[in-house]
Amino acid sequence: MIEFIKGTLLITGASFMLLAAIGLLRLPDLLTRMHATTKAAALGVVLIMLASAMHFAEVGVVARSFAIIVFILITAPIAAHVIGRAGYFVGSRLWSGTVKDELRPNYDPLTHELKSGLETHENAKRHPRATDPD
Amino acid sequence: MTGAIWNLLLGLAWVLLSGDFTGLNLLVGMIFGYIALLLIEPQVESLKGYPARVPRMIGFVGFFIKELVQANLRVAFDILTPPWHMKPGVIAFPLSAQTEMEITMVANLISLTPGTLSLDVSDDRKVLYIHAMFLDDEEELRNNLKEMEHRALELFR
Repeated sequence: MIEFIKGTLLITGASFMLLAAIGLLRLPDLLTRMHATTKAAALGVVLIMLASAMHFAEVGVVARSFAIIVFILITAPIAAHVIGRAGYFVGSRLWSGTVKDELRPNYDPLTHELKSGLETHENAKRHPRATDPD
Repeated sequence: MTGAIWNLLLGLAWVLLSGDFTGLNLLVGMIFGYIALLLIEPQVESLKGYPARVPRMIGFVGFFIKELVQANLRVAFDILTPPWHMKPGVIAFPLSAQTEMEITMVANLISLTPGTLSLDVSDDRKVLYIHAMFLDDEEELRNNLKEMEHRALELFR
């Protein structure tokens, strides 16, 4: 029974990784590619780590597998966000089938100011923050 | 936070006293510790709210795994079949999270579910710009994101 579960976890994990690779090749633009690679690959790693924890069933290995899972889940979305954001703002083209873009009209490429579109006169003014560089 | 530390300490005390150093036994100890904390909660000020937060946390993990698998299968289907069913787009999502920490958590959770990727926060911290892969039903997507944000914020407040 446990062999069967381990095998299923390994195969599904590996197929999610394969899927991420196919997605990277097939998808049309940067942002959709980020979708495929980070999430499918993260889920793949999680499943494979679960399988290895079940296979060895020792305290050291199980603890390390869970540490790997936690760190992957913390870091993968941050990396995706940073790459996607950088790509968007240096002007990588969106795919022609993109239906809407609510960011573009609110962004000012000269001052790098990003408005929320919810402004009244009061809060549209830019307030200096403590974290601003001098 | 104090509640979580006490729960872990009680679990470790259980492991030491029973002399069985396995992960399963630690889990048993944590469960007994949780029951003890639940019983003394009305009398101890610093434990307020901890016992109610644990079931919500477990519920949230379950909800998140369900979302993760569902969305992954949808993206997988679109990658494998030749015509594109996706309708990608960037939407502005009004945030009810307020502090930087809450916004970070919400943005991370949104990035982690397939089909949505958080791009940037507006300068006044009111709106999160999200790149979504399936915009054919924008209302439903917004409702899903709202529910996820609401559940995540419940854990921290």
